[in-house]
Amino acid sequence: MDSKLGLIQQSVNTRYSQWVRDALDELPDNFTITDPSISGHPIVFASRGFLKMSGYSQEEVIGQNGKIFQGPKTNRRTVMEIREAIREERGIQVNLLNYRKDGTPFWMLFHLSPIFGKEDGRVTHFVAVQVPISRKQRRNGGVSLSEDGSGLNEIVFGSCRKEVCSDSLLELGRVLSLDSGSKVLDIEETCEAGDFEKRRAASAYNNILSVLTHYSELTGRLVCGKRCSVPAAGYISSSLNISLGRIKQSFVLIDPHLPDMPIVYASDAFLKLTGYDRHDVLGCNFGVLDGVDTDPSTLHEIKESIQTEQACTVRILSYRKDKSSFWNCLHLSPVRNASGKITSVQIAYYVGVQIEEDCKNQDRHGLSPEMRQLSAVGAVKVAVRSLSMGASLAGSSKS
Amino acid sequence: MLTIKRVATVLSNYQDDGYEIQEVGCGRNCLGNCCLPGEWEERMRQGLFRYDVTNCVTKIIPGKYGFIAQLNEGRHLKKRPTEFRVDQVLQPFDDSKFNFTKVGQEEVLFRFEQSNNYKSHYFLATALAVTADGNNSPNVVAINRIDHSSFLLAINFAKEAANPFFRVGYNSLGAFATINHLHFQAYFLEVPFPIEKAPIQRLFTKKRVQDRGVIISKLLDYPVKGFVFEGGNSVQDLSDVVASACICLQNTNIPFNVLISDSGKRIFLLPQCYAEKQALGEVRQELLETQVNPAVWEIGGHIVLKRHEDYDNATEESAWRLLAEVSLSEERFKEVKAYVLEAAGLQEKPNMKENKGNDLNQEKDEANQKEDSLCKQPAAASQADQCIPYDCMVLH
Repeated sequence: MDSKLGLIQQSVNTRYSQWVRDALDELPDNFTITDPSISGHPIVFASRGFLKMSGYSQEEVIGQNGKIFQGPKTNRRTVMEIREAIREERGIQVNLLNYRKDGTPFWMLFHLSPIFGKEDGRVTHFVAVQVPISRKQRRNGGVSLSEDGSGLNEIVFGSCRKEVCSDSLLELGRVLSLDSGSKVLDIEETCEAGDFEKRRAASAYNNILSVLTHYSELTGRLVCGKRCSVPAAGYISSSLNISLGRIKQSFVLIDPHLPDMPIVYASDAFLKLTGYDRHDVLGCNFGVLDGVDTDPSTLHEIKESIQTEQACTVRILSYRKDKSSFWNCLHLSPVRNASGKITSVQIAYYVGVQIEEDCKNQDRHGLSPEMRQLSAVGAVKVAVRSLSMGASLAGSSKS
Repeated sequence: MLTIKRVATVLSNYQDDGYEIQEVGCGRNCLGNCCLPGEWEERMRQGLFRYDVTNCVTKIIPGKYGFIAQLNEGRHLKKRPTEFRVDQVLQPFDDSKFNFTKVGQEEVLFRFEQSNNYKSHYFLATALAVTADGNNSPNVVAINRIDHSSFLLAINFAKEAANPFFRVGYNSLGAFATINHLHFQAYFLEVPFPIEKAPIQRLFTKKRVQDRGVIISKLLDYPVKGFVFEGGNSVQDLSDVVASACICLQNTNIPFNVLISDSGKRIFLLPQCYAEKQALGEVRQELLETQVNPAVWEIGGHIVLKRHEDYDNATEESAWRLLAEVSLSEERFKEVKAYVLEAAGLQEKPNMKENKGNDLNQEKDEANQKEDSLCKQPAAASQADQCIPYDCMVLH
C-alpha cells in the first residue's frame, strides 16, 4: 500500500519533479509546503532555514501537520483564523507564536498562500513562510524578555540590523537571552511584525512561487498563485478533502449530478481495500468494483435506491484491482447540502461505505462493523453539510 | 481517567438539536469517529428524532461574522417546552417534571464515568446518567447547575473529541435550559462560530499567590457581552476558574450560558437577561415574533429560525439585533465582571491606559460592596444542597 511517505514524495515530485527540492533548498528563507489532499494535511517539504529555525530534523517534520509547532501560549484565535483561511482556500498573514523543538517559544510573521493548478483550478498545495520577528517590534503592555539592559540590547540589535537574516536572528535571540539571564519562556503576550518582516515574507513567497511555477512547467502540471480557472463540476475542495481525510473507513463519494455518476472522492482505506490507486478510480462509475460474478440484481437494487433518493445496504461481490474478489457489505446513503430548496435539501453526493466481510477488524472500542460504517456516513454528512453552508466554496457540482 | 462505556440505546426524543459530527483521528479519540456518528445514524434510521436536522436548510449569512441561520419550521412545536420558571437560576428539583432518568435505559447513548484503570477512552455523546458506583441506573439526580467536578467532566469531554469544531454548551435555567437536570449539549459543526471570531480584550489582573495561569478576557465588538477564559496551568485550573465563575452567577441569580470550544481551550461565559426582559415585556414585538429562544448555540452565532421569512431575510444586522437583546447592559456587565473576577480568585488591575482610570476604582468599590451582599450563598441554594444529594450527572 502507498505509504503516507510515498504519497508525500509524490506530492512534490509529480507536480514539480524531483529536482525542485534542490532549487527550493537554495532559497535562504524559512518555509514549508503542505498538501491538503493528503489525509492530515501534512507538510511535504520544509526548507533548510525552517528546520534550523525550528530545531527539528527533516524526518521529524515531513508528514506532520503544522499544528505541532503550536503550544500553550499560541493565540487560539489566530489558530482559528489560519484554519479558516485554509478552509476558504485563501491566503493570510498573521503574527503567530510557535515553539521550537526544545520548547522555547518565538514570535514570527506567518504568511500562508494557496497554490492552484492552472488547468483545473484546484488547490494543489499551501505555502507557509515564517519570518521571525525581531525583539524591537514588541508591543507595549507585554512582558518583555529582558527589561534590564534593554538599551544595550537595542544597540546590539541596531548594529546587526543590516546583516540580519533568519540565522542571525536566532543566534541573536539566543545570545540575548543568555545575557539577560531571564527565562526565555517568559515571552511577550502579543507581538507585531513590522515592515521589515512583511517585506521579507513577500519576497520569500515570490521566490518560492517562482521556483514552483518554473518546475511545474517541467512536468506539464502548471501551477499559479491565483486561481485561474473555475474548478470543474465534481470538484472536491481542499477543505472537503481535509475533512474527508480524517475519516478512517473505506468509502467513496459519488456525484449523482454528473453523467455516469462518477466517483469524485475515494478514501485511503478504500484504496487499500481494493488495491487501486486514486487516479484509477476518480472519475469512474462506482461499478468499477463489479466483476463477472457480481449479482446484477444487487446492482439494480443500488440503482433504484439512488433514483428514489434512499439509503440502502447490500451485500455484493466486489473485485480488487488484481481481480481477486471479496464480499462487500456496502452501505449507500444520500448526503445533503445545507442549502437548496427549502422543502427538500439538495443531495450533494452519495456515499458508499464498504466493509469486507470476514476480515479481522480489531476494534478496540467494541464497535460492530455496521456501526463503524454508519459512523463514516455520519461524518461525511457533517463534512459536506458544513462546507456547503459557505457561500463561496465549490463543495459540490451544483451550478 | 475518564472512560465511557457504551450502553446500547435509543436516542432521546427531546434532543435539542442535531449533532453534526466530525471524525477525528481514530485511535485514542473515538468520539467524533466511531461511536457518536454511528449511533446517530442508527437512531436516524429508526426514526427516533422528532425532526431531521440534515433536512433543515442552513446558510452562513454574508457579513463580517458569518452568522449561521438554520430554518427549522415547527421546531417550537416539537421541542419540549420549558417547564420551569424563567426567573430563577437555581430551582429545587421537582420529580414530577421531566428529567433524564425518566428516559429509561434505552434512551441513553453512553455512559461517561471516572475510571480507575487506564484503558483507552471510549466515546460518548448525548443523554446519559452516571453513577459513582458504576450502576446503570442512577439513584439520584443533579439539578441543573454547575459545580467543579461536572464542569471538569464537560471540558474533558471537549478535549477528548480533540476537534476544534466540536463544542460543548450549557444553558442555565433562566437561560433557556428546558430541563432541571444537569446536562450539557454537544454540537459539531465544521464552521467557526461567530463568537469564536470576535476580538477580545484581556482583563488584566493582579497576580495572586496561587495564580492558576488562567487568562480572562472580555468580548469586543460582539452583540452579546461576555467573557473568554483561556490558558490555565492545567485543564483543571482552567475548569475550576470557570466553574467558580458559574457558581457565583448561579448564586447571584444571573442566568448564563457557557460555550466550550477549541477542544476545551477556549471557554465563553455569557450572562444574559433575555428571559427576564421577556417577562417584563421589554422585548420588541418583532423579536418576540421570531420565537427564537437565545440559548447557547444562538448566542454563539448559530441561530435556529422558525419562520421562512426570518430565514430568507436574515442578515448580519438582524442577527446582531436579536442577540443584542440578550446581552446585559454595559453597566450591569461591569458589575458582573467584578463578581466573576472575584469568584475566579482574581482582582482586576486598574489599567492606566483606559481613559476611565478613576471610574474603574469607583466601580470596583461599588462592586465590592454589592458583592458582599449578593455573592454570599443565599439560603435557598444551601437548602437545595441538603435536600438533593447527588452523585450523578447527565451529559446531554
